[in-house]
Amino acid sequence: MATAETAHHEHHDHHPTGLMRWVTTTNHKDIGTLYLLFSLLMFMVGGAMAMVIRAELFQPGLQIVDPHFFNQMTTMHALVMIFGAIMPGFVGFANWMLPLMIGAPDMALPRLNNWSFWILPFGFAMLLGSLFTAGGGPAGGWTLYAPLSIQGGMSVDMTIFAVHMLGVSSVLGAINVIVTIFNMRAPGMDLLKMPLFVWTWLITAFLLIAVMPVLAGAVTMLLTDRHFGTAFFDPAGGGDPVLFQHIFWFFGHPEVYILILPAFGILSEIIPTFARKPLFGYVSMVLAVAGIAFLSFIVWAHHMFTVGMPLVGELFFMYSTMLIAIPTGVKIFNWVATMWRGSLTFETPMLFAVSVVFLFTIGGLSGLMLAITPADFQYHDTYFVVAHFHYVLFSGAIMAMMGGAYYWLPKWTGHMYDERLGKWHFWTTAIFFNITFFPQHFLGLAGMPRRIPDYALQFTEFNVISSIGAFGLGISQILFVYVVYKCIQGGERATQEVWDNPRGLEWTLPSPPPYHTFETPPVIK
Amino acid sequence: MTIPSNKSNTRIILQLVALTVFMFGFGYALVPLYDTFCLAFGLNGKTGVTDNQSAVARGIDNTRWVTVQFTSHTASGLPWEFTPGQHSVKVRPGQLADAVYTAQNRAQRPVVGRATYSVAPAAAAVHFKKTECFCFTNQVLNPGELKEMPVRFVVDKDLPADIHTITLSYSFFNAEKYLSAKDKAQLGVVKADADGKS
Repeated sequence: MATAETAHHEHHDHHPTGLMRWVTTTNHKDIGTLYLLFSLLMFMVGGAMAMVIRAELFQPGLQIVDPHFFNQMTTMHALVMIFGAIMPGFVGFANWMLPLMIGAPDMALPRLNNWSFWILPFGFAMLLGSLFTAGGGPAGGWTLYAPLSIQGGMSVDMTIFAVHMLGVSSVLGAINVIVTIFNMRAPGMDLLKMPLFVWTWLITAFLLIAVMPVLAGAVTMLLTDRHFGTAFFDPAGGGDPVLFQHIFWFFGHPEVYILILPAFGILSEIIPTFARKPLFGYVSMVLAVAGIAFLSFIVWAHHMFTVGMPLVGELFFMYSTMLIAIPTGVKIFNWVATMWRGSLTFETPMLFAVSVVFLFTIGGLSGLMLAITPADFQYHDTYFVVAHFHYVLFSGAIMAMMGGAYYWLPKWTGHMYDERLGKWHFWTTAIFFNITFFPQHFLGLAGMPRRIPDYALQFTEFNVISSIGAFGLGISQILFVYVVYKCIQGGERATQEVWDNPRGLEWTLPSPPPYHTFETPPVIK
Repeated sequence: MTIPSNKSNTRIILQLVALTVFMFGFGYALVPLYDTFCLAFGLNGKTGVTDNQSAVARGIDNTRWVTVQFTSHTASGLPWEFTPGQHSVKVRPGQLADAVYTAQNRAQRPVVGRATYSVAPAAAAVHFKKTECFCFTNQVLNPGELKEMPVRFVVDKDLPADIHTITLSYSFFNAEKYLSAKDKAQLGVVKADADGKS
C-alpha cells in the first residue's frame, strides 16, 4: 500500500508539461477539458458545413456547390454534429462533473479514459479525411442506408472505420462512467441522493453499451457486403435493404436519447439553482429518464413508417412512440414546477435552461405529430423532420450544453465569464435559431423534401429567411468561442459557490478546483 | 482513496464488456430474426410456399373472384428484358392458377439472375402461396436466349373478404457476384471474358 501511495504521488507531482501533459493525462479534469474543447471544435466544423448547405439553399437553383458536394455536406454535417459535437461534449461534462458530484477522486478507470478520448481525433481525421478522397466524402446521408451505401466509393469504407472507432470510444467512456458511479461514490452518497445529472449519465451509459455495438454490427455488415461477398442487404444475394433500416434504427432511436438525456440532467442542475428551490419531483425525474430509456428500444420503426409495414406494426410503433410523451411530459412539468414561485433570476445559464424547456417542448410536440402514422406519410423526409430534430437537438442538446458551460465555466476556470457577452450570445442564438428552423416547419408541411440542393419556387421566401437565420446563428457561435476564450484567460475571480447557494458537492470546492479533489471522501449529510 | 463497494471494478468491467459483445451479436441475430418474423407473419411481402396437393386439398371458394396483377422490375446491372406474360388473372380462392413471365438475355454472354418477390397489399401476403416459381432458384440465360418462367400459385381461402386485388411483383437482380466458381460451373456459365477463375 505504501509503495502504491508513493508511486501515486510521484506520478502526479511530476506530470509532463506542455503538449505531453494533454497526451498522457489520466486526470478527469484534463480529459474533460479535452473532450469539451474537441466538441467545440467539431461544433464549429459541423457548423461550417451547415453554412454551405444554407448558402446553397438561399436561392432556388444551383449556385454555389454541385449536388454531389451538397450531399456530402448534409451527410458530414450530421455525422460531425452527432458523433463529434454532442456525444463528446456530454462525455466532457461527465468527466469533469461526475467525480466532483459524487465525491470521487477521479474516474474509476483513468487510463482507459485517456484512451477513449484519444481515439476520437483519429476517428475524425479518418472521417473528415474521406472528403479528400477520389469521389469525395460519404454522400448517402448519415443513416448510411443500403443499398446506396454499398455502392459508394472508398469514403464509405473510411466512414465505416471511423464509426467503429467512435463506437469503441463511446463504449469505453460508458463503461468508465458506470464503474465510476457504481464504485466511486463517497460514503453516504446513495443512488437516490445522486444529482440528476449523474443519474441521466448512468442511464445514458447503459444505452450506449446497448446500442453502439449494434451500430458497429450494422456497419460491419455493410463492409462485408461491400467487399467480402456477403449479402445482408443486397437482394441479388438473398438479402434485404429494409433490414438495414431496422438494424440502424434499433441503434438510432436509443441514440437520440443518448443525445438528449444528459441535457435533461444539466437542466435539472441549472433550474433549481436559479429558482432557488430544490428540484421538484426528484424520484419521478429518475423514473421518467428510466422510462424514456426503456421505451427507446421499442419505437425504432417510427423512422420508417413508409417502407411498407403491416398495419398492426404501424399502430404498435405509433402508440409506443406516443407513450414517450408521458415521461417526457413529467420532466417538463417538473422543471416548470421547480420554477413555480421560485425566486427566479435570469443569468445566462438560466436563460439557456428556460429556453431549452420551451423550445424542446416545441420539438417534442412536432415529434408527436410525426408519430401519427397517417400524417407521417406526408411529413416523412421533408423539412418538417429537419425542423423537428433541430428543435430537439440544437435547442435541446446543444443549448443545454451551452447553459451547462456557462453554469460551470466559473467553477472550471476560476473566472466569471462575461455576463453581458453571455447574454448577447444567448439572445442571438435563441432568436437566430428560431428564424432558421421555425420556417422549416412550414416548408416541410408544404412538401419540400430534405437532402435536396434545389427546390420549387414557392419555397423561396421561407428558405431565404431560414438561410439568413442560419448565417446569424453561425456568427453568434463565434461570440461563444470568444466568451469561453476570454473566461479561460481571466476575469473576475469566481467564489467557491459561484451562484447563490447552489446544491451539489462541486460547489464545496474552490474555483477552480485543485488538480486533485476529494482524495479524502467528503461527508454526505 | 479506497471506496467501499459491493463489486470489484474488474467484475463490473467484465460484465459490461460481456454486454457489449452480446449486443454486437444481437445486431447480427436481428438478421435471422427479421427473416423469421417476415415469413411467420407474411411481413414485407414475404409469401408462403406450399405443394400442389395441399394447395388444392382445402377446396375452392366459388363465391368470389380475386384479381391477381403482375409487375416486373429489372435491376440495373442485369442486361435482361423481363416482363409479365399477362397483365392479370382472375382466380377463385383455393384454385391453383398459372402465370408466366418472360425473360430475354440481351448480353453477349451467359448471365445468372435471381428474382425476389413481394406481394401487395401486405395483409394478403400470408394468403398468397406459390407451389412453383422461378424465384426459388438462380436462373441462367445464354446470349440472346428467351425463356418463359412459370409461376404456379394459390390464393388461400382465408384471404380477407375486403381484398379483391393482389399485386405480385418480381425484381430480377444480377447474381453473379454471389456465385462461386463451382456454382458457375454447375450452372453452365462460362464467362466470355474468362479470367481464369472458372
